[in-house]
Amino acid sequence: MSVIVYTENWDGKFKKLSYELVSYAVKLAEMLQTQAIALSIGDVDDQELKTLGRYGIGRIIQLDRGPLSHFDSQAYARLIADTASKENANVLIMANNNAGKSLAPRVSVRLKAALASGVNQLPVSLQPFLVSKRVFSGNAFAQMELKTDTRILTLAQNSFDLAENPADPVIERSVASLEAPPSGTRVLDIQKQSGKTLLTDAEIVVSGGRGMKTPDNWAPLVELAELLGGATACSRPVSDEGWRPHEEHTGQTGKIIAPNLYFAIGISGATQHLAGISSSKYIVAINSDKDAPIFEAAQYGIVGDASKVLPALVEAVKKMKS
Amino acid sequence: MRILVCISHVPDTTTKVKFAENNTRLDQTGIQWVINPWDELSLTRALELKDDAGNGVESVSVAHVGPVSAEPTIRKALAIGADAAFRVDAEPRDAYQVAAQLKKIFETAAFDIILCGIESSDYNGSNVGSMLAEMLDLPSVSAISGLRIENGAIIVTREIDGGKEQLSVEVPFVGIVQKGIAKEPRIASMRGIMQARTKPIQLIEPAPAEPLTAISTFDPPKPRAACKFADPENPAQLIEWLQNEAKVL
Repeated sequence: MSVIVYTENWDGKFKKLSYELVSYAVKLAEMLQTQAIALSIGDVDDQELKTLGRYGIGRIIQLDRGPLSHFDSQAYARLIADTASKENANVLIMANNNAGKSLAPRVSVRLKAALASGVNQLPVSLQPFLVSKRVFSGNAFAQMELKTDTRILTLAQNSFDLAENPADPVIERSVASLEAPPSGTRVLDIQKQSGKTLLTDAEIVVSGGRGMKTPDNWAPLVELAELLGGATACSRPVSDEGWRPHEEHTGQTGKIIAPNLYFAIGISGATQHLAGISSSKYIVAINSDKDAPIFEAAQYGIVGDASKVLPALVEAVKKMKS
Repeated sequence: MRILVCISHVPDTTTKVKFAENNTRLDQTGIQWVINPWDELSLTRALELKDDAGNGVESVSVAHVGPVSAEPTIRKALAIGADAAFRVDAEPRDAYQVAAQLKKIFETAAFDIILCGIESSDYNGSNVGSMLAEMLDLPSVSAISGLRIENGAIIVTREIDGGKEQLSVEVPFVGIVQKGIAKEPRIASMRGIMQARTKPIQLIEPAPAEPLTAISTFDPPKPRAACKFADPENPAQLIEWLQNEAKVL
């Protein structure tokens, strides 16, 4: 019996999400009275692996990349499924991000293990194994029963608090090996921006909508995000108009995010937009229309024109910082 | 090159969802059903690829797993421009069952490119595409925002954390599609709607597959506290609340 948590790395490093996953796995293993094991694939050094120990993991299986040249979901899913079988996993935990979303369903099929994606809390019950998950794009939550003996959960980012619980983990290092590794995909080109806070990782997000009136009005919004160490985002009409890049679009068909603080500036709050941001811990709305639906979702608000309120807000933050 | 687009039908995103039978089932009264937004974009991109004869796309088909009540959605896909449709006559209860049925379609008629939306806007699982790929033992690429054919080779763009990656993929493969693959969903023309009436929908008997999960109840999200308003002339008040009350700054 064990709980296995797959901890993805980004150029050999972990991030807050990795520690959230480990915290969750350790807690769940405690509930199930079993041990939690972290599984890492790729080039990660011992020092980085040891950081997982801060959150209570006692054992780490590290598979060095070996013949795998890049992330291929078919190959990685086999490695994860093999490890889960070998370690007799009751529960396998992954992130509900791009990698997790492409791996978990494959592992589910390989192990014939029930999968619940996007869970945001510990199971509601263990017998039967029930979890709560977001459905209808945030308009409801479903209690889902996982009916198999091995279960897979993908955890929503920023939904589970870090739990420090120092341990000195044992690291078992080996080289990933697969019989006939799949070779269906080949990387041609990678374009990466570095140094920018990722929208999905950001704890504070400052987002603008059509109420910003023109793309020329974005400077104070960007400044506010920078001052707060956050990321910028936008509503769908703004990205459709090309005022901001598509990667910034948050909402049902764009990115679904759950920061600690979300500023909706000049965003009316259509259902489709709320679907992407409703898991934010706090929503601040700034809108000139006092009846805009965004104020029903927000905890704090200012009724006013974004072009006037925003510069004043920037000044207020500067003052707070000084 | 033959393309299959898997389509799911979902309540229109503006629908107020309600539940029946002690919150154990979706209340279907008054629901306007639409093609799942990402599936609609996948279909649009498939048709764009077919429009350019140089790409050598012979046909674009759509697949749906569901009861006869979904036929208007399938006809809509045919009206937009799909050549043919497959429907597995089943009422699947989870993603695993859907994928098992789609597998049967692939075994009935071979395809080179299978496209699935990244998630359906009802159960938000993001599971079917990758499950299908694993069942068929095919390569897949997730979160693709670009798909093109270059001298017979398939090139996809996928979003990775902080950037984009271009890959070449061997066919057959499963592409799991997100926003950006096509600009605007294609809309059915009058002529398309007329033609759709005579296009074939092939009915397929369901494959035996048990669901691995079951939804027991639905709950509405917890209500949020009422909004607290700061004076527009004094935004410093808002910052003070965020700092000392919410403690998020």
